[in-house]
Amino acid sequence: MSAITTPLPQTPGIWTLPYRGKVGMACLIIAESAIFTIFVVAYLYYMGKSLAGPTPREVLETPIFYTVCLLSSSLTVHQAAKFLRSGRRGAFLTLWFLTIVLGSLFLFGTGQEWHRLIYEHGLTISTNLFGTTYYSLVGLHASHVTAGLLMLTVVLLFGLAGRVGPDQSARVETLALYWHFVDVVWVVVFTVVYVLGR
Amino acid sequence: MSSDALTIPSAAAVRQPWVETLHEWVTTVDHKRLGVMYILYALVFLVVAGSEALIIRIQLMFPHNHFVSPQVFNRMFTMHGTTMVFFVGIPVLFGFANYLVPLMIGARDMAFPRLNAFSFWLTVLGGVLLYFSFVGGNGLYGAGNAPDIGWWAYAPLTSRVFSPGQSSDFWTIALLVSGFGSIGTAINIIATTLCMRCPGMQLGRMPLFVWLNLVMSGLVLIAITPLSAAQIMLCVDRYLGGHFFDTQAGGSATLWMHFFWIFGHPEVYILILPCFAFMSEIIPVFSRKPIFGYPVMVGATVCIGFVSMSVWAHHMFSIGMSSYTNSFFTITTMAVGVPTGIKIFNWIGTMWGGKIQFKVPMLFSVAFLFQFLIAGLTGIMLGSAAFDSQLTLSYFVVAHFHYTLVGGLIFGLFGAFYYWYPKITGRMLSETLGKVHFWLFLIGFHLTFDLMHVPGLLGMPRRIYTYEPRPGWATLNLLISIGGFIQGIAVLIFVWNLIFSYFKGPKAGNDPWDAWTLEWSVSSPPPVYNFASIPTVASRRPLWDLKHPEDPDSLYE
Repeated sequence: MSAITTPLPQTPGIWTLPYRGKVGMACLIIAESAIFTIFVVAYLYYMGKSLAGPTPREVLETPIFYTVCLLSSSLTVHQAAKFLRSGRRGAFLTLWFLTIVLGSLFLFGTGQEWHRLIYEHGLTISTNLFGTTYYSLVGLHASHVTAGLLMLTVVLLFGLAGRVGPDQSARVETLALYWHFVDVVWVVVFTVVYVLGR
Repeated sequence: MSSDALTIPSAAAVRQPWVETLHEWVTTVDHKRLGVMYILYALVFLVVAGSEALIIRIQLMFPHNHFVSPQVFNRMFTMHGTTMVFFVGIPVLFGFANYLVPLMIGARDMAFPRLNAFSFWLTVLGGVLLYFSFVGGNGLYGAGNAPDIGWWAYAPLTSRVFSPGQSSDFWTIALLVSGFGSIGTAINIIATTLCMRCPGMQLGRMPLFVWLNLVMSGLVLIAITPLSAAQIMLCVDRYLGGHFFDTQAGGSATLWMHFFWIFGHPEVYILILPCFAFMSEIIPVFSRKPIFGYPVMVGATVCIGFVSMSVWAHHMFSIGMSSYTNSFFTITTMAVGVPTGIKIFNWIGTMWGGKIQFKVPMLFSVAFLFQFLIAGLTGIMLGSAAFDSQLTLSYFVVAHFHYTLVGGLIFGLFGAFYYWYPKITGRMLSETLGKVHFWLFLIGFHLTFDLMHVPGLLGMPRRIYTYEPRPGWATLNLLISIGGFIQGIAVLIFVWNLIFSYFKGPKAGNDPWDAWTLEWSVSSPPPVYNFASIPTVASRRPLWDLKHPEDPDSLYE
């Protein structure tokens, strides 16, 4: 029975395969992009088709500061992963923490904007088509930021406990990949909602 | 013999309590056990959804029949379609992919075993939720039970006005949950294929089965997700008062159609590509020849994957799109026939000049070739916008897609069952029962679905619970229903064969078909770890190289 399972005598030189975590994350990003695409298409399709106010031009304000926060968190997370690979744990933890702060600031900004829209302008998800598409698209993104922040925090806690070293850098880079994706999606959402949509 | 004496006191001889066996299966992360569970789960739903089809057919046997009420009829065709696509088709194909992909590429498990188990249990939850609607669909409103919105669930049927109660919500959540399960499995299959191959298993040496499942998984990533997105929007509409598909507030019913079919048409290819995968393994082995045109087969598969993303609106010719849109989707629909034609040509090229053995898997494969060709031809007919305007929403369409899914997918699937059952259980399926199953199913299939084209051409609309006794309609519908029952009996024989052969079938041995891919190199059923030592391959047919060291494939590839 075992005779047939004997490997063939011929052995190839070096056999390297891609890291499964990054391939898996890349696949997840492709799948998530498709979900976001559908929501973006819906937003674009319904632009200016609301039968009642308020319209985007009346109520939306461009969140420049919070956008800068989120986009710069991509740089910090990238640099943090780089520090981890070269074994500088302290620098890694500092920048990782900074990433979480920047991400949380962005989320706070979204919350503030929603609060203003709901309480000052009376715009909810059921007010008109703009409300439906706006809260769904921005909310979908915000939920991804939240998920990302939770994962970043888990890594931070493990890091503070001294459990994250250069051995884990491939995993940390995989998570960083997700964070970059969240940022890139914001560029698209920002363009659609605050540039084209107004 | 001495080794047998040594194995007697091992775990196999000691019967453990059934609770522990159950616990082992429920908590398993082993790709083989998950694969078997996927397949069994799908078989249960095959019988359930098949029974629903028979209820439909009994109702349509005679004009003005009163077997079920119109409301029940609507629920039956909705549940039949939804179940067959999401809880039979996808799970059974994922089951085979789960079981076979790691074995074929010389890996010990999938890339993410726990994600694998998670995805399976999500799919189970989805199926349970869908069928729970029979009990819980009444909701607080006391209206309706199972969903009755058709498997497309076109707006505004899904709005609160037309779908009171919770039945549509069960439908939505079931598809959302099982969709997430499908995405998890697809990620897993892609990561396994790219990152877990044994030394020497270059992409160009992978069995076509693995290639086709890789492309299928890629399609799942970009095609199931639009459905998930649309289901989220539907939830927003139904629960938060959103207006995505609410035409009263400026929303669009057409947008739902687009979103649904952006998923819906690639879904057809998600279902048929694994079936092509079965064919690409079975036909060469029973023709005793390597596959004809391997690189072209891979190219055609990738090509189908791409083109299938741009044909969706041929389901919507009758809704009044512009003539440019209609022309575009007609042309792309015609174009997708080209790579599919290449595949059929290559399978016939594989059989040409081979020493064909008509064992049961091969019988199903040959029937598949004929039937899938005919299904493709009616597909081309319906893909032409002018012709489609005449026949859309008629029984001609029903006949066409059942020809692809039953004549194609189910026949290929039965072939795969007969081919890989020995590997999974260690026992051969009965050839005699298999042949009875094949011929009965073939006769039943053709009686039902060949004839079903005719009422469609005569103008009988689909999704009606009864019809006028127009000339020919009654006879045709009676014959169609009889064919349905013949198929039902054939499936029962198949199920009996599965159970009977598990206990009484002849022992299979490692390699009953004298095949060439790695799964046949390990014992049947394979050990938990698959391979005692990770194999090394040098060609597309590693077992041929082993069996014929004087003339290995590696010299010619």
